Amino acid sequence: MSRTAAGPGAEGAVSGMSLHTLRETTASAQASATCLEVAKLNLYYGDKRALNDINMTIPSKMVTAFIGPSGCGKSTLLRCFNRMNDLIDDVHIDGEVRLDGQNIYDRAVNVAQLRRRVGMVFQKPNPFPKSIYENVAYGLRIQGVKSRRVLDKAVERALRGAALWDEVKDRVHDNALGLSGGQQQRLVIARAIAIEPEVLLLDEPASALDPISTLKIEELIYELKRDYTIVIVTHNMQQAARVSDYTAFMYMGDLIEFGETRTLFTTPRRKQTEDYITGRYG
Amino acid sequence: MAASNLPHHISQQFDKELEDIRSKVLAMGGLVEDHLHRVLECFAKGNFEAAEYVAVNDYKVNALEVEIDSDCTEILLCRQPAAGDLRLVLAVSKTITDLERIGDEAEKIARLVLNLRNTTALTTYYVGMLAMGHHVRRMLRASLDAFARMDSEAAFRVAHEDREIDAETDVIMRHLITYMMEDARSITPVLDAVLSLRALERIGDHARNICENVIYLVEGKDVRHVALEQVEQELELRRRGDD
Repeated sequence: MSRTAAGPGAEGAVSGMSLHTLRETTASAQASATCLEVAKLNLYYGDKRALNDINMTIPSKMVTAFIGPSGCGKSTLLRCFNRMNDLIDDVHIDGEVRLDGQNIYDRAVNVAQLRRRVGMVFQKPNPFPKSIYENVAYGLRIQGVKSRRVLDKAVERALRGAALWDEVKDRVHDNALGLSGGQQQRLVIARAIAIEPEVLLLDEPASALDPISTLKIEELIYELKRDYTIVIVTHNMQQAARVSDYTAFMYMGDLIEFGETRTLFTTPRRKQTEDYITGRYG
Repeated sequence: MAASNLPHHISQQFDKELEDIRSKVLAMGGLVEDHLHRVLECFAKGNFEAAEYVAVNDYKVNALEVEIDSDCTEILLCRQPAAGDLRLVLAVSKTITDLERIGDEAEKIARLVLNLRNTTALTTYYVGMLAMGHHVRRMLRASLDAFARMDSEAAFRVAHEDREIDAETDVIMRHLITYMMEDARSITPVLDAVLSLRALERIGDHARNICENVIYLVEGKDVRHVALEQVEQELELRRRGDD
């Protein structure tokens, strides 16, 4: 899919934007396949507001990166997409996040079902203390898949999808904790894609890895976007520039600028964005 | 967003590196402008020493190009610049190529003129080029000023002047052709004059390129091979949209 075919366009969805820009954003989003739609989303930790009126559309089968300084709300926003924040006490959310048109915060939504559709990978690889095979088969077993043949196939497909198969095919029954950090992270991605979600949320997936493993993960992201919508939080701006089609810059809970990655990194429209990506004092 | 109105980098060393390449470009621009000035002085006063100086000293321009280019490579490698910083490094890298070519054109003219010692060709065929030469030189200086001030409006203004240079070239060219038609013996020296004229006109083109680099640097818009008026209109609309 070409970079220009879809997405929010260079204007971007900016929280607190004028009606004019809002209309433009909505219009361009309609022209593309929208996967996730965030509307007037506010999130509070207790009394403290962590996300301020976020509006954005995340295009389908593209990579969208969230960048911004620590504490700007990018991970919080990412976790809203599969309701991970529900697990934190004292969190209050208003506004909507729509997945294929349905508000995931609707009471009728089954959260387990939602998380099946929206998988997540964290900063530190967290394989279960089980074999490589069992890690990948875990989600399917929970879904009640028992057939050995079906499981074998699914495990191989997921491991191939996560570019790990060639490295582990002779030892899939070894303990997953024996893998290197980079391999563990790809294993966790294999576990996430084994159940064929629609969206993959990656929260700093490569920040704990060495440069070579990081490149492998980036290469993998490039492959995965053919089948999945990917949202990635990263502290590494070059990484965002390399892997993503769209980039959102957040600051203090606001979505400051959202647009095509190439535009955002060469000609950002907001001064705050420019200051951040060029490493200047705000 | 112009890089000049931005606050300092967290890395002050990076600030210094960017400032360094910027001032080196201006130094290189000053050198090239001086060479052009000397060539014109030879046109005006038959000062062949000035032309000789240019012919011998072009290596300094080349050396600066290599040096600044290597600085740019290092910045790209070590800093991986983004946004305005990235555009600055790219604009510098392109501008020094233009400056080096201007240096080459000046050297070419100097060498052509040096063949005219002990002839009357200079006073016959070259004096008509003097006014145009000074116009080109003013244009070059204005393009460097626009670069120094990161002034895209000035860059647009100067870029437009290239058309006037082209028109002046046409007029002088017709003149030179008349000489050749009138007297076949003049063909060899007039052809040399045509080459010089062409070199001056090319310097105007390179000055225009420098202006385009400034517009890219300041506005983030690539204006090569597009009608300038159209770009100006677009930018005006964008500015109004931002307000």
